[in-house]
Amino acid sequence: MANLRKTHPLLKIANDALVDLPTPSNISLWWNFGSLLGLCLISQIVTGLFLAMHYTSDIATAFSSVTHICRDVNYGWLIRNMHANGASFFFICIYLHIARGLYYGSYLYKETWNIGVMLLVLVMATAFVGYVLPWGQMSFWGATVITNLLSAVPYVGTDLVQWIWGGFSVDNATLNRFFTFHFLLPFMVLAATLVHLLFLHETGSNNPAGLNSDVDKISFHPYFSFKDLLGFAALMLSLVALALFLPYLLGDPDNFTPANPLDTPTHIKPEWYFLFAYAILRSIPNKLGGVLALLSAILVLARVPFLHTSKHRGLTFRPLTQALFWLLVADVMILTWIGGMPAEPPYIIVGQLASIAYFSIFLVLMPSAGYIENSMLEWECKG
Amino acid sequence: MMNITGRFGSFVPMLQSVKRVVPTAAKDLLPHTAPGCIRLAHTDLKVPDFTDYRRPEVIDPTKSSQDSSEGRRTFSYLVTGATTVIGVYAAKTVVTQFVSSMSASADVLAVSKIEVKLTDIPEGKNVTFKWRGKPLFVRHRTEKEIAAEESVNLSELRDPEHDKDRVQNPKWVVVLGVCTHLGCVPISNAGDFGGYYCPCHGSHYDASGRIRKGPAPLNLEVPFYEFTEDDVIIVG
Repeated sequence: MANLRKTHPLLKIANDALVDLPTPSNISLWWNFGSLLGLCLISQIVTGLFLAMHYTSDIATAFSSVTHICRDVNYGWLIRNMHANGASFFFICIYLHIARGLYYGSYLYKETWNIGVMLLVLVMATAFVGYVLPWGQMSFWGATVITNLLSAVPYVGTDLVQWIWGGFSVDNATLNRFFTFHFLLPFMVLAATLVHLLFLHETGSNNPAGLNSDVDKISFHPYFSFKDLLGFAALMLSLVALALFLPYLLGDPDNFTPANPLDTPTHIKPEWYFLFAYAILRSIPNKLGGVLALLSAILVLARVPFLHTSKHRGLTFRPLTQALFWLLVADVMILTWIGGMPAEPPYIIVGQLASIAYFSIFLVLMPSAGYIENSMLEWECKG
Repeated sequence: MMNITGRFGSFVPMLQSVKRVVPTAAKDLLPHTAPGCIRLAHTDLKVPDFTDYRRPEVIDPTKSSQDSSEGRRTFSYLVTGATTVIGVYAAKTVVTQFVSSMSASADVLAVSKIEVKLTDIPEGKNVTFKWRGKPLFVRHRTEKEIAAEESVNLSELRDPEHDKDRVQNPKWVVVLGVCTHLGCVPISNAGDFGGYYCPCHGSHYDASGRIRKGPAPLNLEVPFYEFTEDDVIIVG
């Protein structure tokens, strides 16, 4: 008698993805971030749905509705803290997930990788519009600064910005539509995630050796189901600890002040996960150039599969490119730091150099190192 | 669980990486690398010795594990059971927190009680307050009204209730201003019975808020209230 788990039309979908899925035996903790991202998404959707029951998106009541949630709604403070800090954890996981992809050459699964780049853009868009909703000073001015970037588009820029705003500045119409987008986008993220997994399961996962692992696959359940469960416990512990003990550690004090269109804060900056891109944006003195650099900073990831020059898949056995990888990590941390600093000397020049380094590593240095390492593979027979 | 004997040699690499050793003729053909383990892929690798991690009772492969099996099983089941209990409690807590976030919030609960100063209401008049989003009628009855309502024959009433059971102090009637038919707000000092009249479908209530004529099935609801002083009540 055939096992129902493998034959039932619905159950076999779950079975083929979560139970009998052949998985490399040697995938490490860096492979946990995919499932952790799924957990983050579910957590954000659930907490977001419950917040949406009490939030109002009219500019007259938005700020106070968030106050109402935190003070009056039963466990509203906890749901709000989990949602706000959950966004940060989403980005921690996504950046580590991408770093794993870069280090181990997982980007050679091109369809999976490209959907992943789309997912990054969708998640960034969701977080951007979501941050506007509390309608604090930083919400308003962050929205104003970033939406104003669209005016850099030639010819149609001004009309485009006013179309996005629904008026002549960030105002009630903007807030209402941003709430709509913030509600809708996560479900698009969910759909894209399923397509991401669809393509991944065509090939199966990569592994740290970067070699074909067909000879040594083990079932997803119980090994990786329990390993993922452990990862979930670790993530939830960290998230809950942050939400309970240091809920505003990653936030901006200016967002406790209601939005005032007539009073600009001294230092406008986005949340930490956007700072590296913000630094790259500010490093170009030209407005359109800055916008293109900002977009390129994210979309360069789509070029990475075509910049792969090495005979090895991952960096495990490539010391030169490993060094460049960690240089990239350090560079992104520097850019993050610079993005949080005011646009003054010496931060300006540091930001510009770090931006040049960012693109150089991706476009020039890593491909070159690949070629060099390939030539280092050729042994000379000494006679 | 996928347990396979050594006879399924060709299929074994597709399945579990650790197999139970079954004494067969084929056993000797399969490489042994550590006690109790057979390796079928990467057979040139030495499987590490996991003795440090194993339970003391089962380290010696020559000794039967049956004696210690009950103790080992009990421990495993206890840990699993305790984890399950904690997990269920955690799940229940999370669900309770989310579900209760949909209940009345503190600001709603704060206006769930109102205080009414009765001396502000002249005799013979009915004042309407907003309580929990609904109209609340507070009526200062005259002696004539009190006597009339107390003498009503209960058998005449659709919803029999004596006036004494509907008031704490006969001078004051406190009822919800919501018609029990379909929820309209009755007009005070109107109708055929000296009480309230609902214009929606013609229900008549008396000065005690009892239904006397019309389609409404029940008397006007008397909410919970208490006198904190002779002339002050708190409703709710």
